[in-house]
Amino acid sequence: MSNLQLPVARLIGTIKNYGALRALDGVDLMLQRGELLALLGPNGAGKSTAIGLLLGLIRADGGTVELFGQDPQNIDARRRIGVMLQSASLPPVLRVGELLRLTASYYPSPRSVQESAEMAGIADLLKRPYAKLSGGQQRRVQFAMALCGRPELLFLDEPTVGMDIDARQKLWVAIRQLVAEGCAVVLTTHYLEEAESLADRVCVMAQGRVISEGSVDALRARVALKRVRCMTHLDPQQLAAWPEVVEARRDGERVWMSTANAEALVRRLLDADVSLSELEVQRAGLAEAFTELTREAETGHAIDREAA
Amino acid sequence: MNAVTNEFAVVPAAVAMSPQRVVAAYLEEIRSECLRYLRTPSFLLPTLLFPTVFYLMFGIFLGHANGPDAPRFFLAAYGTFGVMAPGLFGFGVSLAMERDNGLLMLKRALPMPPAAYLLGKMVMALIVAAVIVGLLLLMAILLAHAPLSATQIVTMFFTCVFGVLPFCGMGLFVGSLIKGQGAPGAINLIYLPMAFLSGLWFPLSILPSFLQQLGPVWPSYHLNQLALNAVGLGHGEVLTHVGVLAIYTVFFAVTAVRRLRRHG
Repeated sequence: MSNLQLPVARLIGTIKNYGALRALDGVDLMLQRGELLALLGPNGAGKSTAIGLLLGLIRADGGTVELFGQDPQNIDARRRIGVMLQSASLPPVLRVGELLRLTASYYPSPRSVQESAEMAGIADLLKRPYAKLSGGQQRRVQFAMALCGRPELLFLDEPTVGMDIDARQKLWVAIRQLVAEGCAVVLTTHYLEEAESLADRVCVMAQGRVISEGSVDALRARVALKRVRCMTHLDPQQLAAWPEVVEARRDGERVWMSTANAEALVRRLLDADVSLSELEVQRAGLAEAFTELTREAETGHAIDREAA
Repeated sequence: MNAVTNEFAVVPAAVAMSPQRVVAAYLEEIRSECLRYLRTPSFLLPTLLFPTVFYLMFGIFLGHANGPDAPRFFLAAYGTFGVMAPGLFGFGVSLAMERDNGLLMLKRALPMPPAAYLLGKMVMALIVAAVIVGLLLLMAILLAHAPLSATQIVTMFFTCVFGVLPFCGMGLFVGSLIKGQGAPGAINLIYLPMAFLSGLWFPLSILPSFLQQLGPVWPSYHLNQLALNAVGLGHGEVLTHVGVLAIYTVFFAVTAVRRLRRHG
């Protein structure tokens, strides 16, 4: 029973250096059963390093790295995970069924080849050589390989790159199903709507640190900006000079503004242009929140450096 | 509340891997490696054709010009030359490629039994070596009518099959040093000069004396001596040659595995 309270994966004050470069600078991260954590951040933020540590590919220079309470380099811990890496190219001449059969053989009680293929929507591709598949199909094969061992924790590195919208939606359904069955997932993605749609928790990294962690809503709320769009004859350059407006630009027929004080801005807009129409006010999306957070982290870092 | 049937509770704390499943994983890895190479003509064709075509030309058609021992001499030479390739290329090139394209990284992240990757490639190299030396022996017996006893045939076969191992070690070592597309060229730079300097194409006695003295440096020289012994043209000292090859194999394999552990 004690095993149930143990986090599935965790990093505690983890440090990793590559020569003089500090890739991870005291990262804390914890993942519970059945939880989907999205790991976001610009390239070089330390996401791949964090995942490489949890997969046992590299060793930490400081702090703790645990998978199911064990060292990830312990094969027993890794028998409980499934992995989909963005950068791996699989043997081109092997058939899809052969790849699944091989991967399943590494696990103590895997799903059947047929079941794994059906879950990933590739049951019709089993006899095809891997090299003859489209990019999106190859990603789905990799997804089938990741889930074939009945993992309790899945690592999905940019799982939907190269997929069309339909395939992406199907993969999302499959991921949600796995999570509902109690599988935990670490997802890295550049598609913020993917994180928004799937994640229980979002962890934003920059410069080797976790700069924000929480629910998608909490992350969005951290950024107070709202988005105001409308059709108006007012000039965006003029609008940008108003104190209420942070940024303004023309987007097709509409003008688009971001603001910290939507109510005051809307009042002033309506006064200034009686013919204004199609007014919309929206909370900032994850994309804006993300840009804002990483920019803060970068300028903060720049100031640190100047002060030093 | 005690009756809560938590579905997680039925999942065993740690699912143990039965010994049968571990063996099955090794066998699956071996099967996949063999399938991959059988389906890769750019590896298989040169590996099989070079030694057999050379043997046909120099050992059989032009053999008689080189004296009565030529079919057996060239059987030993091209047997050695032939089994160097699956070891050097099968291990070296594929390891260099797979370190570069992320496959090795994925395999290390997956719970693949740690030795399965190398064992799979090793068994593949042993099988390809068996095919090569088998073909050469058939040609020697049926086409060249080389005077070989049954013992000599069997000894020659197993000498060459297990003779692939030092070259697996060497390929592993080179593959742990270089990465990516440059590997086939680099391996050829080792393969061809080494074959030449070990006296596989011309008897060492016609080379300049300092190159002759360099002969025993190369693993292929020792395998060739063993193969010559097997077909009845050798000078003995079997244990010395076996010992040197064993030392080479262990040295290359240990150095390479250490490097791979550290650098991936």
